This record gives sequence, structure tokens and C-alpha cells, in this order.
Amino acid sequence: MELFVFVCASIMILVGAIGVVVRKHPVHAALSLVLTLFGIAVLFVAQEAEFLAAVQVIVYAGAIVVLFLFVIMLLGVDRVEELRTEPIAGQRWIAAFVGVAMLGLLVAAIVTGAEAVIGRGDGIASNIAGDNSDANVAQLANSVFSDYVLAFELTSILLVIAVVGTVLLARKRKGQRVVAP
Amino acid sequence: MNALVVVPTTTWYLLLSAVLFTIGTVGVLVRRNPLVLFMCIELMLNAVNLSFVALGRRLADINGQTIVFFVLVVAAAEVVVGLGIIVSIMRRRNGVTVDDLAELKG
Repeated sequence: MELFVFVCASIMILVGAIGVVVRKHPVHAALSLVLTLFGIAVLFVAQEAEFLAAVQVIVYAGAIVVLFLFVIMLLGVDRVEELRTEPIAGQRWIAAFVGVAMLGLLVAAIVTGAEAVIGRGDGIASNIAGDNSDANVAQLANSVFSDYVLAFELTSILLVIAVVGTVLLARKRKGQRVVAP
Repeated sequence: MNALVVVPTTTWYLLLSAVLFTIGTVGVLVRRNPLVLFMCIELMLNAVNLSFVALGRRLADINGQTIVFFVLVVAAAEVVVGLGIIVSIMRRRNGVTVDDLAELKG
């Protein structure tokens, strides 16, 4: 059952990720991104991170992708990007080479480091969640509000700064000429 | 459940995360629409989140999930500021791709 969930979520994630990269239309790319984010949320549930799965769906698939779609519509950049022509000669080949090399390095590191990780801990640990279904949220809250309470307060400052900065950046200045897209 | 049932281990999750991160990197390298570039950066962030959660479960450590929580917050702030910059740039010029934005001069 766990294998079935993993395979289905992996297919969702990879199809969505490849869709983000190869779809010409930005709206289609954003919708592919939703597919990937839902797959990640499914894997979070499979890994007993229920709170993060809910936050992933609400914040990412809900807020961030809607923000993307809103900006696409607002700017009128929803025209098809020409993917046939290469802006720089050989860019695709270099990018493919970088991708293969990076994947090879990451896989080598994971396979090499697998014993080091497996040596510690006690197998597929399920004692994060325990028997109680609320335990995940309770433990996460314990960690955030005790050990990392300063970082938590700093994120609130970060969010305020981000909101104020975005309003300043995106507002229309007086007398500014607006180029119709 | 018989003994032959294969259970996905942490290594599988890490390999999936590596593949997702690589797809995001290649996307950043080949695409030219700034919005799609942002989506590819989101793919890379999600790959890292997945590996954090997988290792946190493996080591029975809740701090893996705590870090993912903070990464989510910072990613939201980053997207908001980035899209604000894109909106303010696109307002005053007609370019759609990052090639048209090759110079910082406004």
C-alpha cells in the first residue's frame, strides 16, 4: 500500500515538474506546478507530516499558485513562449549536461551516504507521530514555540517587510507612464 | 502483508527529491519567462523540503519538519517580493523574457 502511494505520488510529481519545464504557456506551467505540489503533499502525509501537508496545500497550491496566475493575468504575459529557438547557441546542450552531471553527483552522494543514515536511528521511525494522531502537530508546535521561538518571531517581521516592500514596489507612481503590454 | 511487500525506504524519497531538484535546475537554465523561472525555483525548494521530511522521519527528529515550516514561510515571502519586482518591471517595458531585462537600468 505504501509502495502504491509512493509510486502514484512520484508519477504526479515528475509529470508535473516536467510539465512546468516544457509547457509553452505560463498558465499551463502553473497548473502543472499544482500537480507537483499535491504530489509532495501526498508524500508528506505518507511520511507522517500531516500538518505540513495541510500547510503545503493551503499555502503553496492555494496562495502561491493563485498569486502566480493572478500576475500572469495582470501582466498579460500569457502568450506562448517560443521554445524552438535557442537564445544562446548550445544552451540546451550545456543545460542538459549540467542536469545529468548534477543528478549523477546527487545520486552518488545519496547512495554513498545511505549507510551512514541507516546506521543511526531505529529503522523507519514511527515514534514521531506515535499512536496519537495529534502528536505531529503537538510536537511541531513544541519545537517551533520553544526551541525556535526567536526564528518564529523573525519570520513575522520578514512577512511584514515583504508585504510593505511589495506594496511599495508594485504601486503606480504619480506621473509614471504605463506601457501597455 | 507478506514479507515480499516492498516498502519505500528513505533512499527512495531522497532519489525522488534529487530528480525533482535536477528538473528544477534544468528549467531555470533553459526557460526565459521570469514567471516560469520562479516556478522552477519553487520546484527546487519543494525537492529540498521533501528530503528534509524524509530524513527527519528516518532519524525520528521533529526538527526536519520545523525547518520545512520555516522554508515554507520564507518561500512565500520570496514569491511575493519577486512577483512585485516583476510587476513593477513589466509595467514600464514591453519585454516578456529575461533576455529583454539584460540591463539593470530602468
